Amino acid sequence: MTDSADRPTQPLQSSGATPAGSATVMEPQITGPSRNQWWDVWDQFKSHKGALFGLGFFIFALLFVTVGPLIWTIDPTFIDVRARNTGPTLAHPLGADQLGRDTLARMMMGGQTSIAVGLTAMLLALVLGTFIGVIAGYFKRMDGPLMRLTDLFLALPLLPLLLVIIMLFRDQLRAAFGPEGGIFVLIVVVIGVTSWMQTARVVRGDVLALKEREFVLAARSIGTPASMMILRHILPNVMSPIMVSATLGIANAIITESALSFLGLGFPSDFPTWGRLLFDATEWLQRNPERVIWPGLAISLTVLSVNYIGDGLRDALDPRIRGR
Amino acid sequence: MLTYTIRRLVLAIPTLLFISFIIFLIVKLSPSDPTAGLPLTIPPEVREQIRESLGVNDPVLLQYFKWLRLMVWDEPLHLLENWTGWNVAPDGPRIISYQTRSPVMDLIVQRMPQTLWVVGTSYIVGILIALPIGIISAYRQYSVFDQIGTFVSMLGFSVPTFFTGVLFIVIFAVNLGWFPSVYDTTHEVTDWDSFIVQLKQIIMPVMVLGLYNASQISRFMRASMLDNLNQDYVRTARAKGLSERAVVLVHVLRNSMIPVVTVIALNVPAVFGGAIITEQVFKVNGIGQLLIIAIQGGDVPVVQTVSVIFAVLIVLFNLIADVLYGILDPRIRYD
Repeated sequence: MTDSADRPTQPLQSSGATPAGSATVMEPQITGPSRNQWWDVWDQFKSHKGALFGLGFFIFALLFVTVGPLIWTIDPTFIDVRARNTGPTLAHPLGADQLGRDTLARMMMGGQTSIAVGLTAMLLALVLGTFIGVIAGYFKRMDGPLMRLTDLFLALPLLPLLLVIIMLFRDQLRAAFGPEGGIFVLIVVVIGVTSWMQTARVVRGDVLALKEREFVLAARSIGTPASMMILRHILPNVMSPIMVSATLGIANAIITESALSFLGLGFPSDFPTWGRLLFDATEWLQRNPERVIWPGLAISLTVLSVNYIGDGLRDALDPRIRGR
Repeated sequence: MLTYTIRRLVLAIPTLLFISFIIFLIVKLSPSDPTAGLPLTIPPEVREQIRESLGVNDPVLLQYFKWLRLMVWDEPLHLLENWTGWNVAPDGPRIISYQTRSPVMDLIVQRMPQTLWVVGTSYIVGILIALPIGIISAYRQYSVFDQIGTFVSMLGFSVPTFFTGVLFIVIFAVNLGWFPSVYDTTHEVTDWDSFIVQLKQIIMPVMVLGLYNASQISRFMRASMLDNLNQDYVRTARAKGLSERAVVLVHVLRNSMIPVVTVIALNVPAVFGGAIITEQVFKVNGIGQLLIIAIQGGDVPVVQTVSVIFAVLIVLFNLIADVLYGILDPRIRYD
């Protein structure tokens, strides 16, 4: 919806046959090669300081959990008995836990899982939300039932239900997918299935507005089938709300996963996430209070950076603000 | 207005029925066994009899209707008898906890005051912090105050309560020793000194939850004030010579409060849900902790009842928000 404001410039750029004079009257700055509209978005995004910081930190966090273990090669499960409960030392820059496992290495390992859960659960919620939103917005018959379903999901008490589902179905999934894979699949599915509603509502609203536009009418008049209509004309135009809710989805998924792990119903201690590390550290609060800081800081800064990226994206994708 | 309210009420009933059925089914279809926690020396026949007596082997729909009747008719009557002393309660069976063998409603009645105290105070504190910050932030947009205010609310919005709670414990309980880290619910306020003790122990959970609520509400307040400050009626109010104070605090504020009041009402159930975590951090033995213990012990009736109470809260406050919106904004009432 927001992108279509830029559409009219594209035929101008591609039609080289028109005399240069008439083009410059309408759009004086078009002189060089054609410019992708995403560059405009990026220019606006750059001007939002918080968003830029957020993007920087998020990339840092991604590198920390992926490239980090290649540089800091201590095995996160290796037990160095003599380093038990130590604070920061040269051998263990962030200290070691009650068994003598290196905290820095465990932070990297935990971050991998936390961010992986965040990204996959967000993707699942996004696919579900977009699918339901587009179907509800595009097909009038489906609108009523699907929106009732969305309202019902919004009225579910999510945290209690999540806790119940995880407690009840943990053991079978462990048996089916192995101890690590089982809990990963369970948490991703459970978070994804319970957080698609906002995306669906926003997308439905945008699709309803798009359906009345002339280009959709034009496409329909040349006989475009519904599936092509959605893929070629509707979906590209609802990309911006989808991207914004993607960032919010990552933040939401990371927080939910850590909350579950913090309540002791998420990932097990030998396959930690940042939330689980925080939970384990709280029992040693009197003795090693600094141990809770690292995972807590990692969760908070990652969520903060993702929220700022979302803020920046929302501004950058809004053509009313862009270019101001 | 009345038909609008009635229409909303009628819509809420099927929603509640559906949600309670989903909750019932999820818990019922799970493989958890109520006799799993009993000693292994009990022979299988006796185990089967115990299951029979708990009514686990009946058809699912029959179990649901039996449970629903208890939930909406018998238990509220028992509550009424508890509070008023009238002899209205039926003699039939009640929803019994597997773990404690006492009626679930009694457990909830015991736990509710602690939760209400902590959650209620924190919500009020949150609102009291959020409104002035939102108003000043919007009135002085892009000022230093606004920059700091938006940053802090972004921070409060992003930092999860289980980290702020633990951080507060590290700073104020472990290092400074100002406040106790555990909330003692047996403490009774009788005189000034015990009041101070109560104040000290409630301050940390309330601040943790309050800051989180304040950051959400102040964002809405700021956005809503900004929407209204540029409207024509504000210019008219200024043009007819009203003082700036009257313009902002009477004209703009009253209109900006419409969406904020509904957001405040809509957020109440979410605050109860979030309190589960805060109760766990500060060891408050409230309704959230009851839920966690029940989940760990496979105590199906307690889990079902507490979840349904949360669902009722959500639907109820959605309804309140809808009706409030109708009262505050006449354009919404379409009757």
